[in-house]
Amino acid sequence: MKNFIRIAAGQGFWGDRFDAPIKQIHGGSIDYLVMDYLAEVTMSILQKQKMRDPQQGYARDIIPLMEEILPELVNKDIKVITNAGGVNPIACRQALFELALRMGFNNLKIGIVYGDDIMPDIDQLLSAGIELRHMDSNEPLEKVRSKLYSANVYFGAQPVVETLRQGAQIVITGRVTDTGLTLAPMIYEFNWSEHDYHKLASGIVAGHLIECGAQVSGGNFLADWQNIPDMAHIGFPIIEAYPSGEFTITKHEGTGGLIDLRTVKEQLVYELGNPREYITPEVIADFTSIQLEQEAKNRVRVTGVKGKKPTPYYKVSISYSDGWISVGKLTYAWPHALEKAKKADQIIRQRLKDLKLKFDEIHTEFIGINACHGPLSHPIPDPNEVVLHIGVRGSNLSQVEQFSREITSLVLCGPPTVTGFGSGRSRPKEVVAFWPALLPKKLVRPVVDVQ
Amino acid sequence: MKVQLINLAHGRSGDKGDTVNVGIIAYKPEYYPFLKRILTPARVKHHFRGICKGKVERFELPNLWALNFLLHKSLGGGGTQTLRHDAQGKTLSTAFLRMEVEIPDHLAVKWGLVDEKSKHRRKRK
Repeated sequence: MKNFIRIAAGQGFWGDRFDAPIKQIHGGSIDYLVMDYLAEVTMSILQKQKMRDPQQGYARDIIPLMEEILPELVNKDIKVITNAGGVNPIACRQALFELALRMGFNNLKIGIVYGDDIMPDIDQLLSAGIELRHMDSNEPLEKVRSKLYSANVYFGAQPVVETLRQGAQIVITGRVTDTGLTLAPMIYEFNWSEHDYHKLASGIVAGHLIECGAQVSGGNFLADWQNIPDMAHIGFPIIEAYPSGEFTITKHEGTGGLIDLRTVKEQLVYELGNPREYITPEVIADFTSIQLEQEAKNRVRVTGVKGKKPTPYYKVSISYSDGWISVGKLTYAWPHALEKAKKADQIIRQRLKDLKLKFDEIHTEFIGINACHGPLSHPIPDPNEVVLHIGVRGSNLSQVEQFSREITSLVLCGPPTVTGFGSGRSRPKEVVAFWPALLPKKLVRPVVDVQ
Repeated sequence: MKVQLINLAHGRSGDKGDTVNVGIIAYKPEYYPFLKRILTPARVKHHFRGICKGKVERFELPNLWALNFLLHKSLGGGGTQTLRHDAQGKTLSTAFLRMEVEIPDHLAVKWGLVDEKSKHRRKRK
């Protein structure tokens, strides 16, 4: 068993800094590279892509990235774990195999984890009395059944561990929890059992800390952003994990950014619910047990994490079509910029009324004035410019389209010194809403395959 | 004396469906009991009137000198449905830290806040 392993985060979301994983591989010694590509909304986008083309449905950026790093991965025996497989890990692996062959790597072992897609089983589940009630509203899924796009179970670390045991150097998963990607190598390398709840919880905390990439190492840092060094070359986080469950979070020497108690705390509270019950498929972690210590510059030690037995459920993320939205923006200049924007808002609302258009919601904000903090914003006397941000949501696409036309016409029919419409009419966007639910673990099994 | 919370704490906000979480972290351990005492769910709900349309839940993390708040029904339906510019409530951390709080004189002196003219300490007009 290794004394410790180094797990590097290479991507906090699909669209994160492209060269971050490359820097992680070249910047110093690492054993694992983990990359998170999947937000909830990403799954439904990928599902639509797969419906158009059965060879799609995964995070395509992984291919050019692998082209860049594959020689170094093989050379240094670095393992990669990523959920880039999206709704089609099989096609993702196929594309990677083709790339590897082109580059002359014939012995690459790639594991996939799938089976998280329960879309084909939905009707069977519903008729068996599994109602998949909404976790907040408690309504049964039946209500939106006809409008579903995708339904994916969040698996945890265990199936990833299985692929590692079968010798995979690269693991491509579908919907696996972000935290599970980081926990898996610890379970595998240190032989943790499924009952080592404190250790598992510690691994989950490590996963939570690095799942958003540089957001723990100086990015989006409120306490002291002005003094973060070299954000253009910000170092992505690395977990130095030990068999006891304790770990240190750090980053490569010579990179920008900062890791201290404050950056770590800000990330710990990010998207946090009840801190005593951070629920994952493998364990319930207690964030109030976490002890932090700055052991050296850019190194924070994490100890004391406690965990308890997990629930008998997997979380399921279900997406469905829920009408249309359109948001238009127009910029008004000094003088009286806010008054002009307010006038334009009134005109649009009057027009929508005259045209008898019905929407579920019409919403106005003034960017530069109150878009972020709403009624808490302080007044700004005589601003140089104000952006009118007005949007509608409704179930009728043609009415939402009519709204878009009304916005555009304001350029010539409304208040003066207006600009910022260069990108053309605001296009209606389909709303893909989410339906979080729970599914008994025994009803679904992850599928693991290594080739 | 009155100060804005941003002088005493930092934090971060994020979304889960139509709920925003704001984690408020005291800069110093001695601020934590004070923040715990004054930042009641009722006060936070009042502060976010017009934004938070549901209940406010509060959780304590004394190990981080932090309080975590869940502001329910605050995102116009949630990430993909909302018409808000700040669809995920990413900026609500500093909306929280705008709050003005009254610090008893003896604490203000003890914490060295009395003579310090912080650039953040601008009163809302």
